[in-house]
Amino acid sequence: MFKVLGDAGEQLVIELDGAEVMVPAGVSVAAALLYLDRIPTRHSVVNGLPRAPFCMMGVCFECLIEVNGVVDQRACQIQVHAGMRLRRQLTTTAESHL
Amino acid sequence: MLMNPSLSYDTVIVGGGLVGAAVACGIAATGAKVAVLDGSDRDFRASRGNFGLIWVQGKGADFPAYARLSGEAARQWSDFSDELHDATGIDVGLQQTGGYDFCLSEEEWQAREWEMRQVALHTEGEFEYQMLATEELRQRIPEVSGEVLGASYSATDGHVNPLYLLRALHQRMHDLGVDYGPGQAVQSSRRQSNEFIVSTLIGDYHCDRVVFCAGLSNQRLCRDLDMHIPVQPLRGQLLITDRVPAFLPAATLQVRQTREGTLQIGDSHEDVGLDESTTLEVITRLARRAVRIFPHLAPVRLNRAWGALRVMTPDGVPIYHQSAEHPGAYAISCHSGVTLAALHAREIANWICSGAQDPLIAPFSAERFHV
Amino acid sequence: MKSSYQLLVIGAGPAGMAVAQTAARHGVEVAVIDEQAQPGGQIYRNVNASPLADIDLLGKDYVFGRQLVQGFEHAHIDYFANSGVWYLDRSGELGIVRDGVHHRVKAQRIVIACGAQERPMPFPGWDKAGVMTAGAGQILMKSAAMVPSEAPLLAGSGPLLLLLAWQYLRAGVTLRAIVDTAQSANRWSALRHFPQAIAASDYLFKGLKLVTAIRRARVPWFRGAHDLRAAGGERLTGLHFTCRGKPQHIETSLLLLHQGVIPSLQVAAAAGCESRWNALQQCWQPQVDDWGQSSVESIFIAGDAAGIGGARAAWLGGQLAGLQLAHQLGQIESTLRDSLAQPIRRARARHLAIRPFLDTWYRVADASLVPRDEALACRCEEVSAGEIRALAAMGCTGPNQAKAFTRCGMGPCQGRFCGSTVEQIFAQETAADPQQIGRFNTRPPLTPVTLGQLASVSH
Repeated sequence: MFKVLGDAGEQLVIELDGAEVMVPAGVSVAAALLYLDRIPTRHSVVNGLPRAPFCMMGVCFECLIEVNGVVDQRACQIQVHAGMRLRRQLTTTAESHL
Repeated sequence: MLMNPSLSYDTVIVGGGLVGAAVACGIAATGAKVAVLDGSDRDFRASRGNFGLIWVQGKGADFPAYARLSGEAARQWSDFSDELHDATGIDVGLQQTGGYDFCLSEEEWQAREWEMRQVALHTEGEFEYQMLATEELRQRIPEVSGEVLGASYSATDGHVNPLYLLRALHQRMHDLGVDYGPGQAVQSSRRQSNEFIVSTLIGDYHCDRVVFCAGLSNQRLCRDLDMHIPVQPLRGQLLITDRVPAFLPAATLQVRQTREGTLQIGDSHEDVGLDESTTLEVITRLARRAVRIFPHLAPVRLNRAWGALRVMTPDGVPIYHQSAEHPGAYAISCHSGVTLAALHAREIANWICSGAQDPLIAPFSAERFHV
Repeated sequence: MKSSYQLLVIGAGPAGMAVAQTAARHGVEVAVIDEQAQPGGQIYRNVNASPLADIDLLGKDYVFGRQLVQGFEHAHIDYFANSGVWYLDRSGELGIVRDGVHHRVKAQRIVIACGAQERPMPFPGWDKAGVMTAGAGQILMKSAAMVPSEAPLLAGSGPLLLLLAWQYLRAGVTLRAIVDTAQSANRWSALRHFPQAIAASDYLFKGLKLVTAIRRARVPWFRGAHDLRAAGGERLTGLHFTCRGKPQHIETSLLLLHQGVIPSLQVAAAAGCESRWNALQQCWQPQVDDWGQSSVESIFIAGDAAGIGGARAAWLGGQLAGLQLAHQLGQIESTLRDSLAQPIRRARARHLAIRPFLDTWYRVADASLVPRDEALACRCEEVSAGEIRALAAMGCTGPNQAKAFTRCGMGPCQGRFCGSTVEQIFAQETAADPQQIGRFNTRPPLTPVTLGQLASVSH
């Protein structure tokens, strides 16, 4: 959905939904998900509607994701770092977070 | 929705919270023409701060009639919930699988045990309870920490969503043809020959009966009709968390898990006058206690914290008052609008409609404060 | 972090930085806390730590922020990044979460400089994956040097939408189209503010430059659009709308929305600061005096958080607050304060001269504030506009009762993206003014905090 302008700078390896992926260094988790085009990034808690980052500034709470085992973290407020484990909160995955 | 003040009503109910709305439903169901005059969206609304418990244990340890009243109210809840659901389609989220009140110290345990025994005595054994020590408690709720000494347990206790209950009562009122006027706080009232005139800023309402269910405003408003209704605010602060995987099989006085999965954590008892604000001190204390009882809740996020003002009578027991000087004028004040909801819609409504004395309700008259 | 400060500033955008620097220059003990990792707020986000090869791409106004941030970073201020305030009350007591640790701090004076957020723009499907805000697009550019990989669709109205379009064109991004919801009727009423706007003629020329560049790039521009509806399943596939009576459909997987900005009121409201409905700007505005002091004595509000005026006005307004605070905290006499303030007020007035014109030109149509029944009013708890409308019609007391009855506003965003919609629905249904309708009660926490963090108190 989104690409990096100009030369691809430093990249790093993180884990998303159990698989290793390469993302640009120094960006937020939300930006990384948009870069990887892994949309939707979660299913809503009431009716399982597909959602993705919306405001990118920490006020809409749409970008919630599981980071290193802790659920409901705002992806736009966390920077990617090598080896971080991300898991999207999708109701279609075998183990729903709720 | 906007009412013509020149209409007259059989009954005007002052206040549209859990008490007023339940009474309105009961009276309207008899075919009477009812109006409910309610305050504004940002007034002190005790109903929106209610914890949601259907709680019998501990009530009326020194007031036998109250112990019996609470027990009867709890017994009617399941039927009442079905009735509301059938009529409005709204599910108030009733879970009546018992209630636990945790003891975090030896003193608490002793005091609680005494209380439970008293209530059982007053109800001639009708009220049943268990005192559970840590091990037995953890068999029922594994997540309880070893720091908890135990809990008192009563099987008839439970909880509902108090906000959905209010919504259901408002829907029922609407469907029964009750005229509802929000933003029409009553200013004053008087008797004129054999009718009452209730005044708001919009105009005067004429009625044969007036029932004051106006929470903390009852004391001031009831003076106009020579009723002395002593109520004081008692602040309670509450915490609500984001949704959490279901783990609580029943209501507890300290933490309850709603149908949606959120946790409600309470609560404080503060004598601070008409001040609904939250304090850092109490919020952190409630969080600390919750995590002390359930350590696995440490990573859970707080969704919101707020304060509400309970409507407290001098002895904490409801006032159901019938005016002697002005027949047709009534006043109801209590802080248990959820536990007693069924009775408000049924027995209390009937008592008001009959205009007669009722020996079961007589102990709750405000006369008991006139010594 | 100390347990008490003379002055604590919430927010390191232009206003917050200005207050802090001004107060510190006059000897006040200042701390600044900000949720982001770098100072600059949203408008100057990453300006001094940009991942872009050339930040000129974002325009001169953005580049201007670099000197502000540099000045801030060299000032004698305790600056705490990655720190959020979750609790604030009128007595000056704060609860702050910094890198996951909870701190209790007391301050004699507090400045709320939290800036603005985008006005919610609800319509059926606005919650679909692939719909974002124009601000989000800017943040991705500023903080990650990222732009859309396929031609995005822009919808709404307002200077920020046009600025984003211009920036994207400079970055080589092709724009699918602009679906412009501004009402042409507004243009005529805006003209009466034109003479005043001349005082801020540079803004007018800037605007003209943006529009010209967008036209030259031949971006399809649908004016007077209404009745928006986003389509798609697991992700967005396109946008339906009506333009000049004709139904239109544009395919896209990325839709960027913007309908103006409104002050972020959460912190001020939770602290008990009074606010008033601003009918021209169509938003709630805190009540502040001409130094920025709110209705609560210990609390000042500066920048867009006190009223939308733009980055330059925020920078200048922050300086005024800084001067008054330095005076109130006993560091300077009123005569010095006033003489320093005079040129700042003049400069600020000039920057604000453009507002009446802009606010009228870009006034949002009532229909765009109040969505159709099937649109979600509350994204977090998935409550439809129709459900709120039915309650209002039945005589519900107001937004707080509606919140109690439906859970609208009880989700993680705590009403930031649904409050204005609920107020507008009530205003429409009951033919009352938003001032009479009122707002959601604002509760702590103002930023996420866990029970464990609350239970462990630092200091």
